[in-house]
Amino acid sequence: MSGTELNLEDETFLSDDFLRQLINVGEVDILVGLPTHNNAKTVGPIVHTIRSGILGGFPRERAVIINADGGSRDGTPELVTGISIDDMRPASNLNTLRTLHSISTTYVRSTGSGVALRTILAAAELLRAKACIVMSPESAKIEPEWIANLLRPIYRDGFDLVSPTYRRHKFDGLLMTNLVYPMIRALYGARIREAYMPEFGFSNRLGNQFLGQNGWRDGNGGPGVELRFTLAAIRGGYRICQVFLGEKEHIERRATDLVPTLRETVGTLFAAMDSDFPIWSTVVGSKPVPTIGSEQELLLNSTRVNRKRLREMFSTGVVELESVFRLILSSSTLAELQRIARLGEEEFHYSAELWVRTVYEFAASYQKSVISRDHIIQALAPLFRGRAYTFLAENRNGSATDVENNIEGLCLEFERLKPYLVQMWKSRE
Amino acid sequence: MREMIVSELTQAWHEMARGFAHYLPRLIVMLILAFVGWVIAYVVKVILRSILQFMKFDKLSENAGASQLLNKAALPAATEMLSRFVFWVTWLGFILLGVSVLGILGLQEQIARFFLFLPRLFVAMFILFFGLLAASFFSRAVLLAAVNANMPSPRILGLAVRSIIIVFVLSIVFEELGLAEQTMLVAFGIAFGALMLGLAIAFGIGGRDLAKHFLEEKFVREKKDENADELSPL
Repeated sequence: MSGTELNLEDETFLSDDFLRQLINVGEVDILVGLPTHNNAKTVGPIVHTIRSGILGGFPRERAVIINADGGSRDGTPELVTGISIDDMRPASNLNTLRTLHSISTTYVRSTGSGVALRTILAAAELLRAKACIVMSPESAKIEPEWIANLLRPIYRDGFDLVSPTYRRHKFDGLLMTNLVYPMIRALYGARIREAYMPEFGFSNRLGNQFLGQNGWRDGNGGPGVELRFTLAAIRGGYRICQVFLGEKEHIERRATDLVPTLRETVGTLFAAMDSDFPIWSTVVGSKPVPTIGSEQELLLNSTRVNRKRLREMFSTGVVELESVFRLILSSSTLAELQRIARLGEEEFHYSAELWVRTVYEFAASYQKSVISRDHIIQALAPLFRGRAYTFLAENRNGSATDVENNIEGLCLEFERLKPYLVQMWKSRE
Repeated sequence: MREMIVSELTQAWHEMARGFAHYLPRLIVMLILAFVGWVIAYVVKVILRSILQFMKFDKLSENAGASQLLNKAALPAATEMLSRFVFWVTWLGFILLGVSVLGILGLQEQIARFFLFLPRLFVAMFILFFGLLAASFFSRAVLLAAVNANMPSPRILGLAVRSIIIVFVLSIVFEELGLAEQTMLVAFGIAFGALMLGLAIAFGIGGRDLAKHFLEEKFVREKKDENADELSPL
């Protein structure tokens, strides 16, 4: 099979109508993927912005917007395909030399959100798109420059993956700053801030490789596929860069969303560690990836956080889940967690070292499936809340530099204790 | 008189010798069967133990909560326990086969019943093991969900789920074994009914807050959203 041919499995999961529309489009230079599901409230402005971005940054290139919709009932696909290029010209005073196509296809959402990315990758391969980006339909505010900023490193500079960085509140994305970023950095040696990317760009080379090699039918096409995509890029030695986009305003997640989020991120990472052991076990230290613009900008405005609730949920979790933790954690780690769970608000401190040991022991237990893997991920939720409490307390009055230093310190702790993880991994084999 | 006594004794001796000669080959066959059975049972035990160790059956049993029960009863690990059980069942089967060769009329029927009972015994053990596994899995799932939903008394909820499943599994096991079916049916009905009544009372009176919290979680979503002040994890 040549690199530009789709295999039979990839072809057959696309509908005939969608294939017909793709054939009508022909080859393109740029592809923008937009996975949606009931995003009528936000998708209109996003499509406008995408079109403005393409018209402004790449007026001569052949471009297409591919909307993979998970069966929206609020008219999202119609909104995507209904916005005409002519809607843009009077307002933005922009001109294009090419037709900008918008195609929408629907998939059965129960088959997993990864189907959306798979559809976009398959379309990119069929249309031989040189540079592709995927945009989040949930972003409350994006700028046309984001499109060009994500596309340019791929289209002009030969990068294979463009990961975004944002201006965020210092306490936003606590799971990313306290677990996903430092752990990926320690394991794979690549300092990628947003490995679980809501928006990203990729080359056809990387897209085709991931489309062909990801075990879509082996449970790898579900939630967290974006993280698997990043890990595939790191693993494959592809050229990765980060680009600063701007302020990230997204739909707020509720406390109850923590467990699904842990499944998508930590679950995906732990699962990948299994097969990647020969790769990550040999990595020592970490290296920065090329970054265009700021690596991270932090907003310091005050925000309302119920820290008391975080600590209470941690303490309750440690007490109530003792029988579960006995199967996952070492006795010394569990004893230390039980000790801090009894402390009052003022004395409570979930140290970086203890947090790293906890995460590594969870990862090792996940690998050995000491109990149901999903239960292991769920059991991490109360402990994460405890760590979040300490992070908030430590950085309550901290400047952006203080917060950055705190995150850097945690990252170094993850790197320092990596031999402990390797040792546990080997001893449990 | 003396000759008569000698004649009777000789006849009795001959009959005993004839009877012994008649049973001796059967006895030898029985002993051979018992010996061969021991060898086969031992080989089966060794093979089964290796397979179970390869399958990490002890870990599975630990997850099912069966290991804890065995530990409390000062019994060996699940792998060893099952291997020994299969050894004894196999050997006993051969011994009984040997006994049946002796042709003792009363025993034949009992032996046949034993062999008919064996499949039911295995099915009952299978149900018991996987029932315990299911009880452990679902009680842990409830416990984790309750902790993460910040519900009060998560351990009681988990324990209730475990108890319900175990009671249900035990009733099936006893029914499969055909042991005291009527008694078990009544006992199960009483135990299950009492448990349900207890839960209903606990949930209705003792767990008013829990019920309130649960219903609020379920139906007053908007209110919860207004109060949600946890930061985005991503």
